[in-house]
Amino acid sequence: MEKRVTFGRWTIGILFAVPQLLLIFTFFYWPAGQAVYWSLTLQQPWGGGNIWVGLDNFRSILANADYWNSITASLVFAGISTGLAMVIALVLATLTDRQLAGSRLYRVVLIWPYGIAAPALALAFRFILAPEAGFMAAVNKFWPGFWDPGLNGADAMASVIIAFSWKYVGYNFIFFLAALQAIPRSLIEAAAMDGSGVVRRFWDIQFPLITPTIFFLLVINITESFQDSFGIVDIMTAGGPANATNLMVYKIYSDGFRGLDYSGAAAQSIILMLLIIVLTIVQFRFIERRVHYR
Amino acid sequence: MVERTPILNFFTHLILFVGFVFCVAPFVIVAIAASHNLKDVNDVPMSLLPGSDFWVNIKTAWTTAGLGPKLFNSFIMAAGVAAGKVIISALTAFSIVYFRYPGRTLIFWLIFVTLMLPLEVRIVPTYAVVANVLSPYQAIMDVTGLSWLIEKVSGVQVSLSLGLLNSYTGLIMPLIATATGTFLYRQFFLTVPDELTEAARMDGAGALRFFIDILLPLSRNNMAALGTIMFLWAWNQYLWPLLITTDQSHATAVTELKQLIPNVGGAPEWHIAMAGTLIVMLPPLIVVVLMQRWFVRGLIATEK
Repeated sequence: MEKRVTFGRWTIGILFAVPQLLLIFTFFYWPAGQAVYWSLTLQQPWGGGNIWVGLDNFRSILANADYWNSITASLVFAGISTGLAMVIALVLATLTDRQLAGSRLYRVVLIWPYGIAAPALALAFRFILAPEAGFMAAVNKFWPGFWDPGLNGADAMASVIIAFSWKYVGYNFIFFLAALQAIPRSLIEAAAMDGSGVVRRFWDIQFPLITPTIFFLLVINITESFQDSFGIVDIMTAGGPANATNLMVYKIYSDGFRGLDYSGAAAQSIILMLLIIVLTIVQFRFIERRVHYR
Repeated sequence: MVERTPILNFFTHLILFVGFVFCVAPFVIVAIAASHNLKDVNDVPMSLLPGSDFWVNIKTAWTTAGLGPKLFNSFIMAAGVAAGKVIISALTAFSIVYFRYPGRTLIFWLIFVTLMLPLEVRIVPTYAVVANVLSPYQAIMDVTGLSWLIEKVSGVQVSLSLGLLNSYTGLIMPLIATATGTFLYRQFFLTVPDELTEAARMDGAGALRFFIDILLPLSRNNMAALGTIMFLWAWNQYLWPLLITTDQSHATAVTELKQLIPNVGGAPEWHIAMAGTLIVMLPPLIVVVLMQRWFVRGLIATEK
């Protein structure tokens, strides 16, 4: 779509874009380029010289068991938390989409979790899931040693997954509800007249029509699980115990700023960037297709 | 719906109620824990009846973490990012939609690409840029030989340096540097009828006048939606402020939460930690409740 009427003087036109261009050059393109450069050199922390090493940084990272452990942890985290957040949100959205008394209230409240900062909800869940106080301690009394995220890697992973899913149920809910409400009522009513039940209607009408949203949210959730997990991990487990929750973005931070290994952190950033770029491209291709059939 | 499905309705309500509890329980538990004293909060299991120390704990959390100035910093950062995004996105979209110039498509794509890479993955070099925000320009001058030329001609050695660590500018600018919002405005501007532009031009309005007097008032809804979502997003930022605010004067409320984690060995002061958590989670929650409509609309529009 193009405008027929435009303002002719093109020099002024570019001026309007200059603030944005300056910002993205300084804080986006330059650092992104810098990351590529650093990943190919051996960088001394806080200035000093640097030596061109080619792909050595990548080689040493990919040879490092800790890094593979971090990739595995990220994938487990992404898979389980995305699955949980999507399924729970879809069930809740489908049910609130039915016009029943009180569904308005549910719609309002179910959105709240998304507004909460990841570290705040992480601290809340750290308390709720603490092994020595409150509710999990009561469980531990019955079944000693059942729950200890401080020592048990699986428990720690479960904690961060619960906190992340809780937040993203709210987010996914908004999109699922919007998609469900966009389906014409008449379509569902017609099916009801033909005698198909609620479950049948869901699988035959609603579900196929919201697959674009499901796919979109899948990509968004996975992408966010690679970045938004930082605050949750930092507050709840700090990557522990024994690296069990040392997710990719957390490892970049701890290697880069605590270990002062700029080159290693940059190489890890590049790998994560590529991962996210692939996911984003998939998403855009898909949205393009979706625009055609709407 | 015409049909009667009492059993299904019952289960719908049941599941929704469970969902409701699942969603609200953490808020309630945080609030209750914040009202207990040290002994009660560590009871196994913790009593779900509110204690009487709520205000005492709020006050303790407020003073120990110094939340007053930190909430102020959070507010400045969130408002700055929201305002910056709203203004800069509108300007860029105006340029892309209402002008024809060479390189317009290139600019469009340059902006589009920024949607792909979040700050978290380019965090290390972004930190270096903020430590000296003029370093990219220094590097360009060095590589192009401009610094050499200036030194030859004037004898002045060029070394540009401007650190933005521990400053509001450093907190805000890198967060504005993505294109979220630009496409929201672009979509909206494309729906504004050409006749309006034509009429404005016939009345002798220039580009700037048209932008300020006609286009911006028309996009009030967009501004509210984008402003709300960006305010929340910025308020909830953690990694970036954690890195660049090395001294307390510019720390934000969200990063201060870390100070409230009870340390191992000492008395687990969960009541204070939860009081602090409540204070920090309240402002975004209020924004969500008040601006729910805009928030939802903005979220759906910016992401799709």
